[in-house]
Amino acid sequence: MNHRKTLTGTLLAAALLASGCTGGGGSSKGADAEAADDPAQVSGSITVLTHRTDIVQDGTMQKYADVFNKTYPKVKVKFDAITDYEAEVKIRMNTDNYGDVLMIPAVIKKNDYPKFFASLGTQKELSQKYRFTDFTAVDGKVYGQSPMGAAPGFLYNKRIWAEAGVTDWPTTPAEFLTALKAIKSKTDAVPYYTNFAAQWPLSQWTAVNGSVSCDTEATTRLAEGNPWGEDGELRVADQLLYDIVHQKLIEKDPTTTNWENSKPQLAKGEIATAWLGSWAVIQFRQAAEKAGADPDDIGFMPFPARVDGKACATVNPDYNQAVSIHSKHKEAARAWVDWFTDKSGYAQDNLSISTLKDAPLPEVLKPYEEKGVELIELDDAEGAKVKEIDNASEVGINAPAYRQELVDIARGAKDGDIDDFLDDLGKRWTEAAKTVGS
Amino acid sequence: MPHARTTSPSHATEKVARPSTAAPRPPTPRRAPRGVRLWRGLTPWLFLAVPLALLITFTYAPVANMLAYSFTDWDGVSPELSYTGTDNYVEIFTRPELFRVFFVSGYYLAASAVQIALALYFATVLSFNLRFRNLFKGILFFPYLINGVAIGFVFLYFFQDGGTLDSVLALFGHESDRAWLGTETSANVSLAGVSVWRYMGLNFVLFLGAIQSIPGELYEAAELDGANRWHRFRYIIAPGIRPVLSLSVILSISGSLSVFEIPYIMTGGATGTETFVIQTVKLAFQFNKTGLASAAAVVLLLIILAVTWLQRRLVPDDRVDLV
Repeated sequence: MNHRKTLTGTLLAAALLASGCTGGGGSSKGADAEAADDPAQVSGSITVLTHRTDIVQDGTMQKYADVFNKTYPKVKVKFDAITDYEAEVKIRMNTDNYGDVLMIPAVIKKNDYPKFFASLGTQKELSQKYRFTDFTAVDGKVYGQSPMGAAPGFLYNKRIWAEAGVTDWPTTPAEFLTALKAIKSKTDAVPYYTNFAAQWPLSQWTAVNGSVSCDTEATTRLAEGNPWGEDGELRVADQLLYDIVHQKLIEKDPTTTNWENSKPQLAKGEIATAWLGSWAVIQFRQAAEKAGADPDDIGFMPFPARVDGKACATVNPDYNQAVSIHSKHKEAARAWVDWFTDKSGYAQDNLSISTLKDAPLPEVLKPYEEKGVELIELDDAEGAKVKEIDNASEVGINAPAYRQELVDIARGAKDGDIDDFLDDLGKRWTEAAKTVGS
Repeated sequence: MPHARTTSPSHATEKVARPSTAAPRPPTPRRAPRGVRLWRGLTPWLFLAVPLALLITFTYAPVANMLAYSFTDWDGVSPELSYTGTDNYVEIFTRPELFRVFFVSGYYLAASAVQIALALYFATVLSFNLRFRNLFKGILFFPYLINGVAIGFVFLYFFQDGGTLDSVLALFGHESDRAWLGTETSANVSLAGVSVWRYMGLNFVLFLGAIQSIPGELYEAAELDGANRWHRFRYIIAPGIRPVLSLSVILSISGSLSVFEIPYIMTGGATGTETFVIQTVKLAFQFNKTGLASAAAVVLLLIILAVTWLQRRLVPDDRVDLV
C-alpha cells in the first residue's frame, strides 16, 4: 500500500513539473521580413497555412504557386489547408511551428502581433500602395496584409424583387420591411433567409457598423460608446433583424437551415434576400450555374440607411496574411505575401475588392459605383480595444450566440422583450469597457 | 518485493505463502545474484512503462495543465499570462447564470432513466432464446458505433420541418410540418431523444454481458420452483447485474452533466439547449477566457466526482453472491 502511495505522489509531481514547462516561450523582440531585391536569388521552402480548403483541394492554389515559381524559381511553396482554421491555428501558435505564411487568427491580440509575426514595413510606406494597413499596424509597423477586401451587403434575387414590384433599393429599414412584405404577399419566395443553423451568417450583421452613420470612426465609437444606445449602429442593425423575424418574413423553421442549400435556393428565387458580404456573390453565382439558374439574377445592395441621401458601405479586409516570426525563410515568405497580394489575381478571381489602392472595383460593385454608394474604410485604431471589450463582456459581436437569442425572442421561442434585450447588451458592453485597457 | 516467488506455474493456485525453506521442491534457491534480482524487480515496471507514459502524457499532464491554467488569466495564445489566484473560481461562483445551464441536464437525466429502462428491457428479452437474437443485438448496438458528428448531421435532417420525422408521422395521419428544434422544450426533448438513440446500445451490451454471466442452472432451478419471467427478472437478473446497473447510473449521471457533442453540432447551444460544456467551450474559444474556462472545467470535474462519491455512499457496491 505504502509503495503505491509514493508512486502516485511521484507521478503527480512529474505531471506538475511537465505542466510547468509548457506554455509561453515566444521572443518579444521584433523581426522584419524584408522584400528581396532580386527574385531569382530568393530561395527556400515555405509552408502557407490557409483556411481556403476548397481552393487547395481543387488545385487552384497550386496553380497560383506555379505562376509564382515563374518569378521566384527557387522558392518551394507548400500549402497546409485547415478546416477549423481559427481553433486549430490558435493551438499551433503556442509552439514555434505555425508555418512560414499564415492568416492572422482573430484571437491574436493586436498588441501581440510583434511577438508572433515579422513586420512587413512601416505603415507610412505601405499605406501609399495598399488598403487596410491600419488593421494590422502596431506602433507604426504593419504585420499583415489582406489579399482582398469585401463590403457587406444584401444578396438578393433581382427577378423576385422585381416581381414584387420593388425596383429601387430601400433607403430606410422601414422601406426594407415594406419591400420584404411585398415579396411575401406577391411571390412564393422566402423574403429573408437567416441561416440561423449555420450560425456564422448571423454574426455578419455586425458588419453593418459604419454603414448607418457613414462615419469612418465607427469602430472607435464602438469602443467608447454604447453600440446599442439610442442611435448605436448595432441597435439599428439588430432592430431590423428583429423586425424581419418578428413579422415572419423569414424561413418557416430557422433552426434547421442549410447554408449550402441556401445558395442555389436564392439563385432559383426560392429565397429573396440574405445579409452577407460581397465575397459571397461568386459562391452564389457558381451555385446558380450548377442549379441551372441565371447567375445574373443575383444582385447586391447596401444596408438601407442613407446619410444626406447617400449610402455608405464599409470595406473590410479578409484574413490578413502574415509572416511567422519563427520562419527560417522570411524573404521567401515575404515574396509570397507580396506576390499573392499584387500579382496573383486572387482578389479578381473572387470578385473582391483588391488590396491595391489603384486597382479597379470588381464588377459586382459596379451598381454601387453607378448609384453613388460611397465605400469607406473604417479607422481601426481602437480595433484591439473593441475585441477586448467584446471578450470581457462575453457579448460576442462577432459570434452568433446573442443574435440567435435575438431571433429566438423575435419568433417567440424565448420570452423577452427586444428593448430590454438590447439595453442589457449595452449595459454589459459599457460596464466591460470601463474595466478594459485603462 | 517481499519474498521471491518460484516461477513454477503449478504453484499458481497455492494461496498461502509458506516460508521458502519449507518448500519441498524445487530445491531452495539461495538468494539470487544481485543482477537477477534487479531485473526481477524491474520487469513489471518495464511492462508498465508504455501504458504509464501514455497515461501521464495524455491524461494527467493535461489535467495538471488545466489546473494550472485555472489560476491564471490566460487567453489561450498570448505568451503572457499572469497568476490571478482564485479569481476565476470566485467569478464562477458569483455568476449564477453560469449554473443555470445545468437545468438542461435535467432533460438528459430524464432521458437516461428511459435509456436504462429500455436497455434493461431489451437485454433481458434478448438474453432468452429468441429468433433473430443476434440480428436484434446488432441493430440495438449499431448506433453506438456511429461517429457522433455524423449522428448530429443525420438528425438535423431528421428533425427538419417536413423532414423524416414529419413524413413518418404524416403516414400515421398526424399533422406534418413541425419545427422540432424550434422551442426550448421540444428542442431539448428532441436532442435528449437522439442521445438515448445513440447510447442505449452501450448500456444494452453491458447489461447483456452481465446477464449472460449468471449461471443457467439458476433459471432452471427457479423454473422448477414455479417462478415466472417477472420473478426471474426480479430475483435473479436484477440482483445479479447490480454492479453493472449502478455503474450505468453513475455513467449516465456524469454523462448528463457533461453533454456536449449532440447539442453542439445540432444547435450550437441555441434555443436554450446550451449545456455546461458548450458554455465552457464558448468561454475558452469564443471569448478567449481560457483561464476561466479551465476553472469551469475543474468545477465540473469536482461536481461529477462529488455526485459519484455520494452515489457510492448511498448505494454501496456489495459483492454479488447468487450461488
